[in-house]
Amino acid sequence: MSPARRIAGDFAASRAALAGAALLALLSLAALLAPWVSPQNPYDLAQLQLIDSRLPPLARTSADAIRWLGTDDQGRDMLSAILYGLRTSLAVGFASTVLAFAIGVALGLAAAWFGGWVEALVMRLAELQLSFPSILIALVLLALLGRGADKIVAAIVAVQWATYARAAHAAALVERRKDYVEAALALALPDSRIIFRHLLPNCLAPLIVLAAVQVAAAITLEATLSFLGLGLPITEPSLGLLIANGFNYLLSGHYWISFFPGIALLLAIVAINLVSDRLREILDPRERRR
Amino acid sequence: MLSYVARRLAQSLVVLLLMSILVFAGVYAIGNPVDILINPQADQAEIARITAALGLDRPLAQQYWLFLKDAATGTLGKSFAYNVPAIGLILERMPATIELATAAMLIALVLGIPLGLWAGVAPRSAAGRTIMAGSILGFSLPTFWVGLLLILVFSVWLGWLPTSGRGPTIDLAGIPVSFLTAEGLRHLALPAANLALFNLSLIARLVRSGTLEAMQQDYVRFARSKGLAESRVVGAHVLRNVLVPVVAVTGVQFGSVIAFAVVTETIFAWPGMGKLLIDSINVLDRPVIVGYLCIVVVLFVAINLAVDLLMSWLDPRVRLQAGA
Amino acid sequence: MSLLRTLLAGALWISCAHAAELRIGLAADPTSMDPHFLNLQPNVNIGWHVFDALTHVDEDARLVPGLAVSWRALDPTTWEFKLRRGVRFHDGSELTAEDVVFSIERTLKVPNGQFAPFTRRIVAKEVPDPYTLRLKTAAPYAMVPYDLDSVFIVSKKAAAGAKPEDFDSGKAMIGTGPFRFVRFARGDRVELARNGTYWGGAPPWDKVTFRIMTTDPARLAALLSGDVDLIDQVPTADLQRIRRDPRLATAQKVSWRTIFFELDQRERASGLADKAGQPLSRNPLRDLRVRRALSQAIDRRAIAERLMDGAALPASNLVSPTVFGYAPDLKPDAYDPEGAKRLLAQAGYPDGFAMTLSAPNNRYVNDEQIAQAVAQMLARVGVRARIEAMPMNVYLPRGAKGKFAFAMLGWGSFSGDLALRSLVATADARKGFGSFNWSGYSNPKLDALLERGFATVDEKAREAIAREAMRLAMRDLAVIPLHHQVATWAMKRTLAYAPRTDEFTFAHHVRAR
Repeated sequence: MSPARRIAGDFAASRAALAGAALLALLSLAALLAPWVSPQNPYDLAQLQLIDSRLPPLARTSADAIRWLGTDDQGRDMLSAILYGLRTSLAVGFASTVLAFAIGVALGLAAAWFGGWVEALVMRLAELQLSFPSILIALVLLALLGRGADKIVAAIVAVQWATYARAAHAAALVERRKDYVEAALALALPDSRIIFRHLLPNCLAPLIVLAAVQVAAAITLEATLSFLGLGLPITEPSLGLLIANGFNYLLSGHYWISFFPGIALLLAIVAINLVSDRLREILDPRERRR
Repeated sequence: MLSYVARRLAQSLVVLLLMSILVFAGVYAIGNPVDILINPQADQAEIARITAALGLDRPLAQQYWLFLKDAATGTLGKSFAYNVPAIGLILERMPATIELATAAMLIALVLGIPLGLWAGVAPRSAAGRTIMAGSILGFSLPTFWVGLLLILVFSVWLGWLPTSGRGPTIDLAGIPVSFLTAEGLRHLALPAANLALFNLSLIARLVRSGTLEAMQQDYVRFARSKGLAESRVVGAHVLRNVLVPVVAVTGVQFGSVIAFAVVTETIFAWPGMGKLLIDSINVLDRPVIVGYLCIVVVLFVAINLAVDLLMSWLDPRVRLQAGA
Repeated sequence: MSLLRTLLAGALWISCAHAAELRIGLAADPTSMDPHFLNLQPNVNIGWHVFDALTHVDEDARLVPGLAVSWRALDPTTWEFKLRRGVRFHDGSELTAEDVVFSIERTLKVPNGQFAPFTRRIVAKEVPDPYTLRLKTAAPYAMVPYDLDSVFIVSKKAAAGAKPEDFDSGKAMIGTGPFRFVRFARGDRVELARNGTYWGGAPPWDKVTFRIMTTDPARLAALLSGDVDLIDQVPTADLQRIRRDPRLATAQKVSWRTIFFELDQRERASGLADKAGQPLSRNPLRDLRVRRALSQAIDRRAIAERLMDGAALPASNLVSPTVFGYAPDLKPDAYDPEGAKRLLAQAGYPDGFAMTLSAPNNRYVNDEQIAQAVAQMLARVGVRARIEAMPMNVYLPRGAKGKFAFAMLGWGSFSGDLALRSLVATADARKGFGSFNWSGYSNPKLDALLERGFATVDEKAREAIAREAMRLAMRDLAVIPLHHQVATWAMKRTLAYAPRTDEFTFAHHVRAR
């Protein structure tokens, strides 16, 4: 049985993990198809009517369209806003994870492979970064950079790359000493080939587990920063910003403006955590011993 | 040992300098704080006069040099918004944050360790599964959203606990604390619970996996087979095995709890230093922003050093390595 | 008359006073207790409880006597103030003209203090007797009594040589105000105690605690759960709920804060393009027809009713109706999208154009939401507005550099000509004109009118000139006024508050019902 199939089989053995994966697939699909399935384009201000603002769930607008989850203070359909917000949240989460993964792993592998000043520089930088709480770095960076999806991705990458660098460095140091690497060196294969064809694949398992955990962290971080007013612009709200926006209406009885986006965010993070939890159980050798 | 500590401290000093330069220049690049702090009725001459009085008309390098001098004298410069030394402002707010973070960490430990042990000893039981499912939820719930729900449920709907603020404080060795009065505890409860949730889940999971591992170990199997009471086995053998990682995580997390208090303090209007940071960012109060970050770095270094030393004492296998 | 009213009110309060505590939830955080440091609302609000000024403004922002019982211009450059007799500081010493002179001088000496603009024009001070003060200005200047409303009088004895820390700790917090200072816990609370010998009548509260609650829901929740008795800056979204709640009462008043849009009227303006993103050959905002079209495209009533829940009054002036210099004959532009389209077509923009609409997101009531709503409305007449909302710390410096095409700003002033001077007068640092003229608007006629007004010491004549200047600026749409905010306080049903145009929350004006 191929390792991939074994992993898939192991994964499917947990019902919770399967449910998480299904939920994640569903949410991702909804996010991807948001422009086609949502009743309204929430970014197009010309489509909004102030007269339809703060309608409760299941209410009908002045144009007799139904609003399943109600509308916000601009008359924006909450269901559409949540679908688009989910899209933004997931996109920011995955984009920053991919970038941070690529940068961090590349630097970590390079550090382990080349040693010397490269290693010293990269690892010192990573330590420097890890010695700060993530939220503070992101907070200060965003205060300096301003708002925008690109900026928030940059801030999250700046926070997360070091985790990957350190994990990749540690894994690669172990692999380096193994026979197959010695053999590859003896064959005088080019560095890049050894690193990417041999070293990387063998270090991948713990890094994937890490990435799965970090996606959830990235989404939460983005939501938190947006909540503090430092993330995305109000015209392209993520789930975090929708919640923050609804915060002001929580006590006035317009609970839906902040409650439903909160549920969507919670579902997304729980789904990712269920998947990453199971992945860790399967892929982490320490866990597999049981 | 001594040289290890000295090297760590020297490294931290470099970190401190680098960070202060970056943040200093960054805040400078955003704009002139006088534009925000001034009453709009003021005219240009007034803006210029105050800009000069704060030294903001000088070249950046010179301003930084002046800041270094202030830092050397221990004041970190005068706050633009509060007109008193930044260090005083931050230290004045620090007890509130430390108290909140300590309370949160205590809640996380006191609940997290037993829950983790339970889930680890009986992983397949309903209780064990519930604890694990709950911990996933605790992990996933964004802090700020839980804070809102806590206020909504416990303050507004049920009316049991106050919504915000710190309540009355009592001086304990000159430091104001709120946990000594019933009213203070009532104010502390919601924000501390809010801040504890994430770490409660983290510690429960950590203890669970440590317990699972320990239960497989020969000495535990041996102890059990000898007929030792389950409570004795878990209390004496298993707990010791999970204690080392718990100490490590508690130390590391304590720092990030102090940082994440920014969010909780904002929601619950808790007058700690995290809220001071957000307020200062809003008015570009550079001495306070830079000062806060410097102090947090120092705090972090101190905590990490303490954890390392504690670990090497708890577990002699842990060797001290500079930069590790 | 107003003195009599104050005394009468004071007597009433005494009659119903009993051992009572008042807890107030404040939205804004006072940074320092030093009354001559920052001239910002939260600091000044606390200042008014402990200190006092020669002149006051009443609930309608009109000037009334304070520590001075009367004042007059002896000649165009000399003002004489008669001090109230028998006023005592909290330490028991009597207020004399020497304390006033000391306070005026202190505003110029506090490092980075922001009250110098109110005293800098005073070139000489004379004290013919302890209860009389003569102030001289170099040139005729009508605003001296107004300016002195902003200068708190401290005790010379207590404040001589005092540092900001001495005010924060209470050592130098000796004033003549209705409350004695007890404690300042920064970021958390300010505690005050009744001044039983206050000249305006002892306040009805033995003890007052201001709690700082900067998050809106937290402040409201504190009121709902009974943690505080009264809150200021009630979020508009909660107005309906509070009105329905039988335990609560509200007090509302049109605030002096007016929200408007500055339009960049320089030849080269950033943030403007045609709808394909190509630069425009000329700046459309220089054309009065375009400015009129944008103004008519905005449905001020819908914003006031739907978005602000009634807590806004559509505006035609840069100051609110009770304020000095308000021109009552001006009416807000009526919502007329068809007319707006016609005007745009006449001006050569039948397809409209695109621009950036800038707004702060943490300053004015519902600022970001208003920006979106205005963009909605502009879209319907063909002007595509891209919203750029940012925190005030980034917003103000950028605005000061003139980087916004169409930008939201709010202004509170107790005199129309002062507002015009800052906002639409041609920028001139020497004269102190146009310090917030982000739009590059310049109208020599308006400048001349304003200068003439400031040199006129006769109030009636000056107000006529101020109104004329307001008409001139508004007919030219130098800026587009949107609305006046309505300030709202919410309190327990058992309390009553006389709401104020200047938005201050005065514990001594809170009464038991």
